[in-house]
Amino acid sequence: MQTDQLLALFSGVLLLLGLIAFFLGRAKAARVRAGGTAMFAQPDQYAWFAVLTTAGPAILVGGLSAFLMLLLGAEIPPLYLLAGSLAVAALGLAVGVRQVKPDFHARQAIERVIRWILVGAALISIFTTFGILFSIIFEALRFFQMHSFWDFITGTVWNPGASFLAAAGRADEGASAAQFGSVPLFAGTFMITAIAMLVAIPVGLLAAIYMAEFAPKRVRTLAKPTLEVLAGIPTVVYGFFAAITVAPLIVDLAGVFGLDASFNNAVAPGVVMGIMIIPFISSLSDDVINSVPDSMRQGSLALGMTKGETIRDVVIPAALPGIISASLLAVSRALGETMIVVMAAGMRPNLTANPLEDMTTVTVRIVAALTGDLEFESAETLSAFALGLVLFAVTLTLNLVSVLMIRRFREKYRVNNL
Amino acid sequence: MNMQAAPRHTVGTAPQVGQPHTRNDQACHDLSIRVRDLNLWYGQTQALKNLNIDLFEKNVTALIGPSGCGKSTFLRCLNRMNDLIPSVRIEGLVEMDGRDVNATKMDEVALRRRVGMVFQKPNPFPKSIYENIAYAPRMHDLVSRKAEQDELVEKALRDAGLWNEVKDKLHEPGTSLSGGQQQRLCIARAIAVQPDVILMDEPTSALDPISTATIEDLMDKLKQQFTIVTVTHNMQQAARVADYTAFFHLGEIVEYNDTKTMFSNPATKKAEDYITGRYG
Amino acid sequence: MSQSFDEISAQLQRRHRKSARLKWLSMGALGLAGLFLVLFFADMLSKGLPAFQQAQIRVELDYNEDATRMGRAALDPEVSRLVSRTFERLIPGMLADDPELLGTTETRWVLANAQVDQYLKGHTHRLNAAQQATVDRLAEEGNVALKFNTTFFTSGDSKMAEASGILAAALGTVMTMLVTLAIAFPIGVMTAVYLEEFAPDNRLTQIIEININNLAAIPSILFGLLGLAIFISFFGVPRSSPLVGGMTLALMTLPVIIIATRTALRSVPDSIRHAAFGVGCSRWQVVRDHVLPLAMPGIMTGSIIGLAQAMGETAPLIIVGMVAFIPDVSATFTNAATVLPAQIFTWAGEPDKAFVEKTAGGILVLLAILIFLNATAVVLRKKFERRW
Repeated sequence: MQTDQLLALFSGVLLLLGLIAFFLGRAKAARVRAGGTAMFAQPDQYAWFAVLTTAGPAILVGGLSAFLMLLLGAEIPPLYLLAGSLAVAALGLAVGVRQVKPDFHARQAIERVIRWILVGAALISIFTTFGILFSIIFEALRFFQMHSFWDFITGTVWNPGASFLAAAGRADEGASAAQFGSVPLFAGTFMITAIAMLVAIPVGLLAAIYMAEFAPKRVRTLAKPTLEVLAGIPTVVYGFFAAITVAPLIVDLAGVFGLDASFNNAVAPGVVMGIMIIPFISSLSDDVINSVPDSMRQGSLALGMTKGETIRDVVIPAALPGIISASLLAVSRALGETMIVVMAAGMRPNLTANPLEDMTTVTVRIVAALTGDLEFESAETLSAFALGLVLFAVTLTLNLVSVLMIRRFREKYRVNNL
Repeated sequence: MNMQAAPRHTVGTAPQVGQPHTRNDQACHDLSIRVRDLNLWYGQTQALKNLNIDLFEKNVTALIGPSGCGKSTFLRCLNRMNDLIPSVRIEGLVEMDGRDVNATKMDEVALRRRVGMVFQKPNPFPKSIYENIAYAPRMHDLVSRKAEQDELVEKALRDAGLWNEVKDKLHEPGTSLSGGQQQRLCIARAIAVQPDVILMDEPTSALDPISTATIEDLMDKLKQQFTIVTVTHNMQQAARVADYTAFFHLGEIVEYNDTKTMFSNPATKKAEDYITGRYG
Repeated sequence: MSQSFDEISAQLQRRHRKSARLKWLSMGALGLAGLFLVLFFADMLSKGLPAFQQAQIRVELDYNEDATRMGRAALDPEVSRLVSRTFERLIPGMLADDPELLGTTETRWVLANAQVDQYLKGHTHRLNAAQQATVDRLAEEGNVALKFNTTFFTSGDSKMAEASGILAAALGTVMTMLVTLAIAFPIGVMTAVYLEEFAPDNRLTQIIEININNLAAIPSILFGLLGLAIFISFFGVPRSSPLVGGMTLALMTLPVIIIATRTALRSVPDSIRHAAFGVGCSRWQVVRDHVLPLAMPGIMTGSIIGLAQAMGETAPLIIVGMVAFIPDVSATFTNAATVLPAQIFTWAGEPDKAFVEKTAGGILVLLAILIFLNATAVVLRKKFERRW
């Protein structure tokens, strides 16, 4: 039998048993109550308790064995498993119905179970983080068994070219040995991130200053959500915009100055990424500037400072931790951004300081390594995980620093809405 | 004596509009700020009604009255801090140095340069103690050299009676000081730009009694150099520090007198009731 | 002693100008950001709107013997180069299905090929001079025209631009989002309920909270790596399927839903809880019967926003293989499928210039859906917004 057929059978029988448990439990409780005995819980609660004792252990047994089969390769014939877990369900039914007694706290028992289910749900987010961490670390370690960590960190040539041959046991047929020096990838990533920040930070911060300090209330309530539309546009759309519209524009513009630009230049994805990030900086900065206490502004104005001086010398310095925090989040966002660079930046690892040349990024290489029909065991595929590990470490650090800074700001001015 | 001052005449049977009924003979009587028929609205609500008052140079004038009577609002009219509230509408004359401060031609930044302010809650900038004071004079080009700046900071801190406490930690943040010290820092900051008038909006209401006493002594010293207008909830404080006292009620000035007369022999029933603690 | 107003004002001139400059500069920045938005939408509309029209051509079909083997034989050789090859390929099948047709002729509108389409729209094309003349003549006779592009909304991907459509991708998106919502919504709401209503303030709770905030900021591509390594390699979930895509996106959407739900739960005032406790409800009954119903509009709003975010996500789906070429329209959970953003990505990579407008057209459809979802969320929030 197919797995899904088994699954359907299992669920079907379990559902039936559950229904039986519910009605048996309720009927028994109702009978006891009708007999004039006071009970600790409602009949429905006893019924639900019976359902729980029926389905809970059976699902647990089924899930656990499936997990064992996958994880440890244990050989359990599926039919035995089915029969076993259904037997557990039947046993649970019997126990559950037996427990319908006047002095049994069915409601409390149910609520204990519910509580554990809620805890389980809350733990899933932790499992996700560990899942990401372990899946990346595990594969990355396999990569570092093949290629030295030091070469990966310091090497300036990224040329996975022939690695798939090595994986196929035909290493000597490759023209040159594969090289995994990640420096050019990180150089490209930082270049594009720097360009994005050059666009996003001044525009975002100034827009936030206008919204928080100068704009009439109506303009502000309109402008903020409008800007946030920029953040809601899917990145694949920005990628298309960068590749089709902005990149040729940059090439033409460079041509005007007599410069030679590649169609995969770093400026186009950088600028478009910057546009995407503007609302991240402007929204958070606007909130932060707004929560700088008004007494600061009044203190400065009362000394005969102009509004501009007040903003520049008092408000912005006071809001600085929050603004830096927003910028760090934006940097983290830019480093991990994938689609814009996949579509608009180059594929060629290129160590250069000229943003008009094509260069590639970490995320582009991750995508390149994992698409197409590559052997999962090859060094190139695994290199994606090594790159992912570095990306994870860098963005995690930036996020944590950012959280700490905003927390410091919050404590300083006792604001809760950030 | 007319006990119920008519709305248009603030001082009962005062000989001249806006002048205190009796004068403090020791005080210097040069006019600093003249207010005539001042009305102020927050949206539809009228907060100040036909105020007339003369404020005298190098005196301390205290504004007293129950909460919400408009004394803080009036104080903020004197350096146009009410401009920051969008729905405010002001009519009438506030005259200083022969100029109407509410005129559109009047540069409010220049006005505030001459009319400084100290707030209810100390609000030092998130900068060092030194920078808190040096910042404004530097921006106003009052100092040109570093040595001058150091000198000015020291003088302001000495005048504010804070020098001995902070001289060794000038580069620590202003927010690290105690509440009373912070308030004196704010006073030092205000006098460092050498204004003519200093407005104080309940400067001691957030402070402990010892800090309050220090600041009261300070006000007494500062009136040698500056015209001081202070709002206070604390009647004893008004009695201790002020040369003149104006009693506000529901947006009007009910009585304006030299302090001694005001507290010993108030001219109006409302002021007497307030001073003796019947309400407030 | 002190300076007069005029002296001070004179000194202030420069400083006032500087202050005004900051105002204009910051206003300019906001304007610039707005300009970007306008330019972006203008560009997408100008590129994408033509995709909703498609050239069709009226041809005389002669169902002769040769056409049973090669559809092109049914067409006048002069126009056969202008007709879409997807249509030509249909002809032998049509004849096999209905042998009666053989030997008859018929005049009907059929899909023109992409080059004719691009030529009519004034874009770059690859028609030679003679073909251009033919098209011009046909257009004058009214036998070539741009008509509403139903193909775009009713078919799957194709290697031929004129025959490609977004329906397969749209269905894939629906299936993927169903999986995402089915996983992320219950788990997200349960997590939030636990953290807000049940959790003691201990180390574990704090770790969960920090972890959730951090998950929200992890680059999406790393979720793709998780999907690949754990769901596909370890658990053997079929690659490229809406199931694996939906599971991956569910983990990404989880923090959004959790954070929105917590905000919604927190906005329910404690007085409601106290009142319910006061009439003898247990903690779970308070949550189920009183707090959750009141928080529901906020939870829905947050979930819709999270869903809209997931719907536009591409990078993790590329990693789990959801960029497959899907010509057939079918709703499936476990077979290979593609989603709208992935379809856009695939089309954007096509060398044929005719795909540019398809890409932009797909983008317009995706943006329309996202705007609709976000507008729904805003309306929902406005409608149920309650001040306690």
